[in-house]
Amino acid sequence: MSPQDAPVIAAEMRTAAKLRIVDCDVHHALRSTADLHPYLPRRWREHFDSFGLRAPVPFAGSSPYPKAAPALSRTDAWPPNGGPPGSDLGFLREQLLDRYGIEIGLLHLLAPSGMDQRNQDFGNALCAAINDWQYECWTQRERRLKAAIVVPGEDADAAVAEIERWAGNGDFVQVSMITHTIEPLGRRRYWPIYEAAQRHNLPVGLHTSGFNGHAVTGTGWCSYYVEEQHHVAISQQQLAMSLVMEGVFERFPALKVVIVEAGLAWVPSLAWRLDRHWARMKDEVPHLTRKPSEYLRRHLWYTTQPADEPERPEDLRRIFDWMGWDRVLFATDYPHWDMDSPEQAFRMRLSDDERRMLYSDNARAVYGLA
Amino acid sequence: MARHVVAATHEIPPGGRKLVTLRGRSIGIFNLDGSYYALLNRCPHQGGELCRGTVTGLATSTEPGRVEYSRHGEMLKCPWHGWEYDIRTGQSWCDPNDTRVRAYEVTVEPGATLARGPFVAETFPVSVEQDYVVVEL
Repeated sequence: MSPQDAPVIAAEMRTAAKLRIVDCDVHHALRSTADLHPYLPRRWREHFDSFGLRAPVPFAGSSPYPKAAPALSRTDAWPPNGGPPGSDLGFLREQLLDRYGIEIGLLHLLAPSGMDQRNQDFGNALCAAINDWQYECWTQRERRLKAAIVVPGEDADAAVAEIERWAGNGDFVQVSMITHTIEPLGRRRYWPIYEAAQRHNLPVGLHTSGFNGHAVTGTGWCSYYVEEQHHVAISQQQLAMSLVMEGVFERFPALKVVIVEAGLAWVPSLAWRLDRHWARMKDEVPHLTRKPSEYLRRHLWYTTQPADEPERPEDLRRIFDWMGWDRVLFATDYPHWDMDSPEQAFRMRLSDDERRMLYSDNARAVYGLA
Repeated sequence: MARHVVAATHEIPPGGRKLVTLRGRSIGIFNLDGSYYALLNRCPHQGGELCRGTVTGLATSTEPGRVEYSRHGEMLKCPWHGWEYDIRTGQSWCDPNDTRVRAYEVTVEPGATLARGPFVAETFPVSVEQDYVVVEL
């Protein structure tokens, strides 16, 4: 650890130790795709080497938008021993877990994704290999890190089988899927996954990611990354609305969904608008027995990073009041370029109780962590 | 407040930098066209190690479709969120009114003067033939 500003850092670490921080969005990465070789059957290893990753977009090995920084990451997050940011456990410990005194970090692997592979059998094998790799190379080596069971959600039977393979293993604390899917995630083709998640008391963590062949917006292809960044929030509103309106939470009343890295200031306005629409049009969705806002309030949680920053910082307090303080989960998004530092994520003043909820207690309640 | 000898001038060529620790604080020393500047290695936005960031210029535009690149080598970009600061003053480009990174006074002193003190240079050999970068902190 470099000295940087030693007195400030020492004070930060004392605060962090008291808070027992749970970081709900940490990104690990493969050093190279060869990391998965030991976990792939020969048939799929050869497929991977011959054909690579093929999502339903014309961008193999790239993304439709130029991200703000190489590998989407802080430029100081490239491990000194080589490999991309997030790929070196020792360096991740040093830059994140030790530096900020984080007690538990929840891993979300963004790439590669098995769920959006056009060859579905390959996607299934890829998800299984990723989970084996997460277990052997990450959670078993660092007990502070907990993984998500990544599932090939477009093939619900295969996804359920993958959940069954890991459920009950304490290293995996949630099920994760991409969010840019073939159909909105509330549709019934995905319900077996929710059934399995509910049965095993595993929250479903939805980090914006994946490709489905459509523009990221509902209105065509935008030009800039700065636009795409906000469409992340918009697409997650569409996703939340789909889960509510399709009746997912009626069918699975104990299901918990965590929306990761999509902002949260939109939650109250979405709730108000849906309630008003529902009051007038509920005969179209008679399977809903509650106001839409009540489903949001009971079943969805939201991670903070990148924290919304109203012009008057204290206005964020009203947003949390409206959506419920218990819904808010702190996240850094390390090592990505737009990460939030635990000490500086919120510009408004927080009481000790409020800090404990946001940084620790809320996440422990959702994920059943001690 | 003390004056710290942090480098011989030739150690930090134009466009170069050196990170030093003075009284528990990490400080970046930069050479812009022969003049030296010192900034606290902590971005006021969220605490990133600013002085490890990319030295860059400014992209500005007068209308859509026109981009001008200016002030090449004069701006320092934080490795985290990319906030840009004027190396000479520590002033933020994103938030010039309210955000400024701590800048320290830097002078260049001949070794002959330094030999007389008072300076903090216990671990730094000073020879009378050279010039040195001195930071006040």
